[in-house]
Amino acid sequence: MEYVLMKGNEALAEAAIRAGCRFYSGYPITPQTEILEYLSWRMDEIGGEFVQTESELGGINMMLGASAAGARVIGSSSGPGFSLFQEGISYLVAADLPAVLVDVMRYGNGLGDIGQSQGDYWQLTRGGGHGDYRTIVLAPNSVQENVDLTHLAFDLAEKYRHPVIIGSDAAIGQMMEKVALPEMEEHNIDKFDWSMKGCKKGEEQKKITNLLYYMDNYDEFLANKYKEMEENEQRWESMEVEDAEVVLVSYGISSRVCKEAVKVARSQGIKLGLIRPISLWPYPIKAFRELSASCKALMTVEMNILGQMVDDVILATGNKYPVHKYTTVKDVPETEVIIEKANKILSGEEV
Amino acid sequence: MELRAPESISFAQTSFCPGCGHGIVSRLIGEAMEEMGLTEKLLTVVDVACSSLHIDTWKFDTVIAAHGRPIATATGVKKIRKDNPVLAYLGDGAAYSIGIAETMHAALRNDNVVTIIINNGVFGMTGGQMAPTSLEGQKTTTSPKGRDTSKTGQPFDVVKVMGSLDIPYLARGSVSNLGDIRRTKKYIKKAFEKHMNNEGFCLVEILSPCPTNLGMAPVACSERIDGVVKEFFNTGEYIDKEGTK
Repeated sequence: MEYVLMKGNEALAEAAIRAGCRFYSGYPITPQTEILEYLSWRMDEIGGEFVQTESELGGINMMLGASAAGARVIGSSSGPGFSLFQEGISYLVAADLPAVLVDVMRYGNGLGDIGQSQGDYWQLTRGGGHGDYRTIVLAPNSVQENVDLTHLAFDLAEKYRHPVIIGSDAAIGQMMEKVALPEMEEHNIDKFDWSMKGCKKGEEQKKITNLLYYMDNYDEFLANKYKEMEENEQRWESMEVEDAEVVLVSYGISSRVCKEAVKVARSQGIKLGLIRPISLWPYPIKAFRELSASCKALMTVEMNILGQMVDDVILATGNKYPVHKYTTVKDVPETEVIIEKANKILSGEEV
Repeated sequence: MELRAPESISFAQTSFCPGCGHGIVSRLIGEAMEEMGLTEKLLTVVDVACSSLHIDTWKFDTVIAAHGRPIATATGVKKIRKDNPVLAYLGDGAAYSIGIAETMHAALRNDNVVTIIINNGVFGMTGGQMAPTSLEGQKTTTSPKGRDTSKTGQPFDVVKVMGSLDIPYLARGSVSNLGDIRRTKKYIKKAFEKHMNNEGFCLVEILSPCPTNLGMAPVACSERIDGVVKEFFNTGEYIDKEGTK
């Protein structure tokens, strides 16, 4: 396998190209702008289409058109811009259209700041736009996963005819690591029976809009779609969970510190384990079946103010264990603090 | 009586109000496509509200875009389906109010789409609220004493705003009388000719009656366009670049 050294955002952009994506429309915002910049010349080189739009609203609705025409499409943004994507995501869901959307999370509410953070968990996993919908959310924790999960995101978007979100963060987007890139794939825009091509005489017209207008059992159809995703698309990585007394739960950049913490703690005789959700929705509840009688508590390690993932851990464990949180918001969590908190939990102290 | 219409325009029951101009424009588009041999190729993107009702009465592959976003959506369609004619169809509320950024920037980029904007001076589907195109003094449900331009600003005139842009075609037609209907069809055809020649952003605004929301009989509503509305919104071709590309 041949490796190259690439920045996370650029590797993600190249992965999209190699997955056959030939359409990007978007708007600059830090810390995702490298995706936009990279695709501005790369799409041109490969014969794809790149449009720098007047806003994220223009971008997502342009993507919707390109997706309706049968293309593999990607859009990217960060916090404040991703909020503007929400209208379009709800429309993509309603019209049963595939698209891949990237949120390179940044810190804070409102304008916030450009630093790393994991503050969009609720927005990404609960919907965010109007109506009741869910989207598959994949959370990479390395530049290599930026590549691998981008490819997977396109496959899943097509499989379910549904938008799929990559919940990346500023650290993953901005860091450089060695990465293996997949082979180039071509996507045939005529391969779908549902896409716009022009209505030939005698053919049925393609109507791309709210499916509920044309489906008697729309609610059942949509509920089944989510059920199928929940059954088939839970992804996670486990580390030393079988005999762990305290299990960390963490995703994205903070999960890398947790891995280190598990290793260091184990060398000190502290039984620490880790569940790393790779799919933030569907939440990998199956991973929590690996917990044994030795488990005394769980602790989420996440970079936001409120500990946004705690609720999901409580739901996944059926409220059987105490669930603590270690939230660092802007800073990457520290190994020593994780171990210190685990020790406190084990000795019954408040963390 | 034998009814004849292009095959792409069905005789299915419509939800348009009696005297509404949408049905006439729909037929003009169907006739233009038939005469130009584009019937089996046209891809359309319509706005929500009254514009969206076309999806069930014409037989073109159609997307209903989010409110105000059909032109951006149509640009996305055209970028992928370069050989197909692509039409964005929307009302004045969509194009000049919530979607003004999408409308302006598609024109500034000279995106290769045909845009038809129905200007009836109100928000139709939501029950006749003031639109950017409502005339001074016009009574609507949100300007019950008549539009006060000292508070709401001047009505939006697309010709004044877009007349100087580097786009190949800009025209304003009307469906308020037979002569105007014929001229409007010519504008629509010319826009599609330039579009198929990849010249860029072609916009046809069409003055259209909305008897329901203006509380007028259909004939009186059309007479108002000819007598009052055209005084402010003059019809004609404003940009017609010959062989620019």
